Amino acid sequence: MSTTTPDQALEPAAAATAPPLRTRTFYWSLRRELWENRSIYLAPLITAGVVLLGLLIGVVNVPRHVVVEGTMAIDSSQRAMAVQIPFDAAAAVILVAAMVTGFFYCLGALYGERRDRTILFWKSLPVSDLTTVAAKATVPMVVLPIATYLVIIATHLVLLAASVPIMAANGFPAFLFWQELPLLRTWGVLALVLACLSLWYAPIWGWAFVISGWAKRVTFLWAVGPPLGLVVFEALAFHTHHVNDILHDRIAGGLDHLFATKLDVRGRVTANLDQLDVGRFFSTPGLWIGLIVAAAFFAIVVWQRRYRAPF
Amino acid sequence: MPCIEAKGLRKAYGPTVALDRVDLTVETGRILGLIGPNGAGKTTALNAILGLIPYEGSLKVLGLDPWRQRDALMREVCFIADVAVLPRWIKVSQAIDYVAGVHPRFDRAKAEAFLAKTQIRRASRVRELSKGMVTQLHLALVMAIDAKLLVLDEPTLGLDILYRKSFYDTLLNDYFDHTRTIVVTTHQVEEVQHILTDLMFISRGRIVLDTSMEAFEERYAEVMVLPDQADAARALKPIQERQVFGRSIFLFDSADRAKLAAFGEVRTPNIADLFVAIIGDDQPEAQRAAA
Repeated sequence: MSTTTPDQALEPAAAATAPPLRTRTFYWSLRRELWENRSIYLAPLITAGVVLLGLLIGVVNVPRHVVVEGTMAIDSSQRAMAVQIPFDAAAAVILVAAMVTGFFYCLGALYGERRDRTILFWKSLPVSDLTTVAAKATVPMVVLPIATYLVIIATHLVLLAASVPIMAANGFPAFLFWQELPLLRTWGVLALVLACLSLWYAPIWGWAFVISGWAKRVTFLWAVGPPLGLVVFEALAFHTHHVNDILHDRIAGGLDHLFATKLDVRGRVTANLDQLDVGRFFSTPGLWIGLIVAAAFFAIVVWQRRYRAPF
Repeated sequence: MPCIEAKGLRKAYGPTVALDRVDLTVETGRILGLIGPNGAGKTTALNAILGLIPYEGSLKVLGLDPWRQRDALMREVCFIADVAVLPRWIKVSQAIDYVAGVHPRFDRAKAEAFLAKTQIRRASRVRELSKGMVTQLHLALVMAIDAKLLVLDEPTLGLDILYRKSFYDTLLNDYFDHTRTIVVTTHQVEEVQHILTDLMFISRGRIVLDTSMEAFEERYAEVMVLPDQADAARALKPIQERQVFGRSIFLFDSADRAKLAAFGEVRTPNIADLFVAIIGDDQPEAQRAAA
């Protein structure tokens, strides 16, 4: 550690120019992340393409008797379900794909620059470690949810445009879509869901960042192995499953806290619109504990990037 | 105010002492060559100067403490590390945009003008460029930054001789003026000899030679001697003797030039030979064999 005292003379000048400069360096650091990690928007887009293709082929392939039955025989709740399911399924698949993409982005965020030594280039420029880590954390917590949201809306629009004439040709009246598909409300709830999930998943992103900044190799194994090991150890040693419960709640339980009743097995958001309870989500202790843990993880990451030798 | 001032600079990695209480001063407007064998502590010294690693002792760079005031320091300092570390995925145009975005002292026009003289296309990604072109790009970015201190750690490693020569020519002609300071480490010492103003040898974490080039030229002399005069030359206590084509070349430290002239033409030795004379004996045998 240095034994010198900081030169105070330069501090006021630096502070005066700091705010606009910090915003600029943050903006460019974020852009640089997106240049390097195009998967952040390409993965949701490609997933959407595959889902759309599958659904559209599925719609064309609907057996004749099902369509006839669909229009004539089924009651309105079944009909609503038939209309809504493809939209909800598309949203759910894209969401899961985005989260997996986000996890792998985090695992590489600090590991990649160390492995290829480009950290020496990034550190040769006047961008602080805090700004760099903040820009990297913004990717899974802000950019990814927004990209996911836009891709899901685009997917819904394409799905709507394509399926209305196809269904109509099969004798399924177009007005039923408007009746059974509260799209605007779905989109509103979806925005809320993504914002809440972003906060809910913050400790997962933070954990992946810590591993990314620390592991010398095989980041995925280090990120996933120890938690799984703990689950197994606890089950064998104490015959309990607290760790498992915590992990399960963190990975799959975020939405349970946002809706008053548990989502049905298919995770259908549309069917549960009336059950939305934001207050419940924000009064869940797990949310706040998670955010504190995430803040600690990100502080560790800033410290790691500063203190570790650059290779 | 000196550009770099270190007193008792020390850095240990566990039991390995990379820098052993080094004192050094680099005045503004100098071009310092920091020369040493692998593992001598060159990169550790540069990393400390650049605020990349914590250290013991006192160190001021441009009046700042590099470890604690790194963000302020990096607005005034530029560096090129020992291998091509530009990210392979980045496009040339993106690299310019990025540096222009984050560096308040970057002159885009200057970088563009330098690149216009090369074969580098704006749409190329770094991975598509040759190693020499990557270095040219890095140099274009760095030279367009109005920095007070430029640190080059093996900047020409792996480049062919044409790129190496043009690298140093460009640096000297288009970049260097007497308000800037450059610190360079390299193994290709003979290529930097003519551009240096100061020379430092570092070995096993200690500075073993610290001289200006003027003093170097006055102090060290080399003379080629015929076999029958070799014993007479040895009597003047050369610091090194080596054989070339049946003749002996003797390297002298602070010898009387008039006496040396009796043996033949007295020349200024090149840095590489002096390096071998001074540092060659300082190295453990195993390390030399490994190098």
